[in-house]
Amino acid sequence: MTSLMLRVAEAESLTPLVKRFRFEHPRGESLPLFSGGAHVVVEMPDGDVLRRNAYSLISDPQDGSGYEIAVRREDGGRGGSRFMHARVRPGDLLRISLPLNLFALDLRARKHVLIAGGIGITPFVAQVRQLLRMQLPFELHYGARSRDEAAGLRLLPDVPHIHFHISDESNRMDLGAFLSAQPLGTHVYTCGPEGLINAVAQTGARLGWPKTALHSEVFQAPPPGRPFEVVLARSGRTIEVGAHQSLLEALEAAEVEIDWSCRGGACGRCETRVVSCHGRIEHHDHWLSEDEQSAQTRIMPCVSRFRGESLIIDR
Amino acid sequence: MRATEFSPSIPSRPVYGGLHPHGALPSLMLAEGAGGEALADLAQADPSVMRHAHLFYVPAGAATGPDLAVRLRALGPASYVEGPSYAALRPRFARALADAHMGTRLYLAGSEGLIGQAMAEALAAGLPLEAIDAEHRGGFARRVQCVHCKGITENVATDPFTCSHCGLNLFVRDHYSRRIGAFQGVCVDAETPGIVPEPQEIKP
Repeated sequence: MTSLMLRVAEAESLTPLVKRFRFEHPRGESLPLFSGGAHVVVEMPDGDVLRRNAYSLISDPQDGSGYEIAVRREDGGRGGSRFMHARVRPGDLLRISLPLNLFALDLRARKHVLIAGGIGITPFVAQVRQLLRMQLPFELHYGARSRDEAAGLRLLPDVPHIHFHISDESNRMDLGAFLSAQPLGTHVYTCGPEGLINAVAQTGARLGWPKTALHSEVFQAPPPGRPFEVVLARSGRTIEVGAHQSLLEALEAAEVEIDWSCRGGACGRCETRVVSCHGRIEHHDHWLSEDEQSAQTRIMPCVSRFRGESLIIDR
Repeated sequence: MRATEFSPSIPSRPVYGGLHPHGALPSLMLAEGAGGEALADLAQADPSVMRHAHLFYVPAGAATGPDLAVRLRALGPASYVEGPSYAALRPRFARALADAHMGTRLYLAGSEGLIGQAMAEALAAGLPLEAIDAEHRGGFARRVQCVHCKGITENVATDPFTCSHCGLNLFVRDHYSRRIGAFQGVCVDAETPGIVPEPQEIKP
């Protein structure tokens, strides 16, 4: 994973739960440009644990002077966002991966409809800048619980294509209305809670939208579960995966070489062959097809877990 | 008449999955000649497909006679337009595409030339490929673009044939352009001018 050591230039609270961080090159060098929807993985040395979380870039894709992210503090989470909020200060050096985009705009589209729920607004902040620069037709629907919690209000430009839907102002999203009268060639992008993504998929299916015109990104932390053991076929070693640890993290802790990128079950980079499986793999990824998942011959160590007698993987 | 089954070829050679009902969604239907029977079969499988369908029909070339047009009209589409050729119907068809929304289905049935041209028009209008059903019915004549002069010759029934624009002798390839809606024709006697293989009838 190619990465850069960058200096925290700014850390600012956007809402009580969301903080914006700006990273710059320590010697002021220009950073590689990216495209709207790209993310970086931030490494956080937290005691003897090395945490790695993926965050969408919210800065201007054409501006190489720095990278910016917005981090929502998840108090019930695994600790990465708490670390960012409590420990990271301007002047600190953090290792940041180069940007990678798994949620790019499909530039063949005639029109782009962006639907964000809560902190799912982050990839769209950069995409809106890209769309405005390219003068492409778009509309953004941004739903949040309240104005106080809507970090996007501070990050988005004041343009008529952007519509706010604030639940406690009785102005909820009407997905049927967003999807019913769109011109041919429209693509829809959804980022937010799984419920929102599923609702858009269902509404789209009901209205006859082909799946290829519906895109989504769910930022998923590795779900916790029961601890389990895994046998590594190449070395014969057995490793233990803790309740709040992912298999990928356990492999890294055991110094097993493994490639990764998104750490959220979307990119496919850490896909691992299963040599034998006596039990059930709890697939949490969006990479393997349903058939591949039920065959239990592949596992995505970044998010998926195991329950049963024994699991041997090709690592 | 049944839908055509083509012999296996290179991946670029289109094969048509046939018309399958997608319920009472807004739809555009375009058929030519015997393709009208594919629409009649579709409506028989699920009459609700006609409820929001705008149907365009080119009877030309139909061995089935005028009664197929009468049958199609009787299926009760939301609108019915008939024209002497695709070229004649094209402005209306293009307008219907411009007015259509995402979620609209397109059903195409007839010759490869008709399917290819209408599909190219629809894709250029932004309709996703996944929203198109097509079924081949009728003859096997192809629409071919000369790779040398870029002129398109309609209804090419033999291989090789003479380009109707530049006069070169063209070999008809299975190489197909979805964007242009035509097969590729390449000069067959470039190395040996005048020595042209005996023309064969194009078969599925």
